[in-house]
Amino acid sequence: MANIITDETIEYVGILAKLELSAEEKEQAKADMGRMLDYIDKLGELDTTDVEPMSHVFPVENVFREDVVTNGDERERLLSNAPQEKDGMFVVPRTFDCC
Amino acid sequence: MDIFDMTATQLSAAIRAGETTAVEATEAVLAQIEKEDKKYNCYVTVDRDGARAQAQAVQAKIEAGELVGELAGVPVAVKDNICTEGLLTTCSSRILHNFVPAYTAEAVKNLQKAGAVILGKTNMDEFAMGSTTETSAYGPTKNPVNPEHVPGGSSGGSAAAVAAGECIYAIGSDTGGSIRQPASYCGVVGLKPTYGTISRYGLIAYGSSLDQIGPLTKDVKDCAAVLTALASHDTKDSTSVFRDDTDFTAALTEDVKGMRIGIPNDYLGEGLDDEVRTAVLRAADVLKSRGAVVERFDLSLVEYAIPAYYTIAAAEASSNLERFDGIKYGYRTEAYAGLHNMYKKSRSEGFGEEVKRRIMLGSFVLSSGYYDAYYLKALKVKALIKKAFDVAFSKYDLILGPVAPTTAPKLGESLADPIQMYLGDIYTIAVNLAGLPGISVPCGQDSRGLPIGLQLIADCFQEKKLFRAAYTYEQREKKF
Repeated sequence: MANIITDETIEYVGILAKLELSAEEKEQAKADMGRMLDYIDKLGELDTTDVEPMSHVFPVENVFREDVVTNGDERERLLSNAPQEKDGMFVVPRTFDCC
Repeated sequence: MDIFDMTATQLSAAIRAGETTAVEATEAVLAQIEKEDKKYNCYVTVDRDGARAQAQAVQAKIEAGELVGELAGVPVAVKDNICTEGLLTTCSSRILHNFVPAYTAEAVKNLQKAGAVILGKTNMDEFAMGSTTETSAYGPTKNPVNPEHVPGGSSGGSAAAVAAGECIYAIGSDTGGSIRQPASYCGVVGLKPTYGTISRYGLIAYGSSLDQIGPLTKDVKDCAAVLTALASHDTKDSTSVFRDDTDFTAALTEDVKGMRIGIPNDYLGEGLDDEVRTAVLRAADVLKSRGAVVERFDLSLVEYAIPAYYTIAAAEASSNLERFDGIKYGYRTEAYAGLHNMYKKSRSEGFGEEVKRRIMLGSFVLSSGYYDAYYLKALKVKALIKKAFDVAFSKYDLILGPVAPTTAPKLGESLADPIQMYLGDIYTIAVNLAGLPGISVPCGQDSRGLPIGLQLIADCFQEKKLFRAAYTYEQREKKF
């Protein structure tokens, strides 16, 4: 296997991905990602000098509209999906540690 | 003929002629679901009461002459990653186990305008990541042709529901073959339109530059009718394309005279099952006998489509799935210490294995230091693949090949080796990278009785060529 994924890399990717993997899952993820990257390395066989990266097949342009409200008040319905809500607001855990 | 065996256009014609009603049709299909779905698990949610109420409202409009279209009164199943107001939409994931959307996807609204009755939400691979419908958090769907086999995926519930008569037609989504491949495995027709043809507003995003909604139907005529209803320009989707050529039923003619069809040698090589190859080449001969000019050619770059695709799709998925954070909707873990721990635990407990695998890979290829080597490289290869198709379509009207290298595998055989499973997408995946339309049409069975699918691919905006060839083939097959 050409790509060796280290514990540090998996830790770092876990932070980026906001995932907390068990020890067993981490080992699996290291093996899976290594194999997958070995496979993706195949792309290196192609010379892509001077090739423009293509993110969309058709040119994507900003879509503008008049600044007019078209939807109604959906607060209740949107909040009804929240795991926790209070007084018309989403309840979230404490965001900053202080004092 | 039982109502649930009718095609959508047959059933709607019968309803509009007063031979049956939308209410009777809905009851017939609900009874079929009641009878069959314990075996196949096509649905995550069946909306019995809602369907009955819609059927009555639609029937009243048909009787009042307000609904006259080809799909009026016909019951449809919707893949569970397409939002339906007031109706549970789970993406077959634990993380959305209780999500009830506050709005309806534009595609579903278009069907409702055409007089559709929404029966419920079909099972799928979790977040559309998979090729077998086995990664669903709500259990696998089974192939109605042979329940020991998978229905394909990720729109496996939709394809199986059509095949089992548990709906008259269905809609799914296709990011790398997720409509065409299950259609092929279940012996139904499935189409992925040109990128931008159907609004993605309300489709829960996986790989946004690749995702398209599309129909799964019993025949080519239904497929054209459903695409005609689904296609619309929508300012709520910034990648929606304005098209004024969306009367696809007009293309249903038995005429392929002079049509140039290319078969990529690269699509007939190693890994392709012999019985699939034989059936696909026989279908090509049928089109040839009807006047098409059929040739072999080298498409090139086919082996690079899968690594490019999985890089791009994983990157987009890792970004799109950041929104599932346990705050605004969906699953939140019970015990946690602080905000970040809540995010991590909710996501880790809420997502399944394959979804986490792709989020990890996507986060990696987008991370600083690896972005150029992986993500940007894949976008460059995508440009080369698009160019290879441009060259092919300067010579051919259509590309013809198999949908998948094999017929449906048995349940439990695919998930152990992810890369092996990804290789099964080889004939469908490049179509999404290049934004092209592709259709899967049944073209026979293997010796075990499992369906084989023929894939036709056209240049962007050339769905009508697909319909002409697919319809010609299907009509010819019906006669013999």
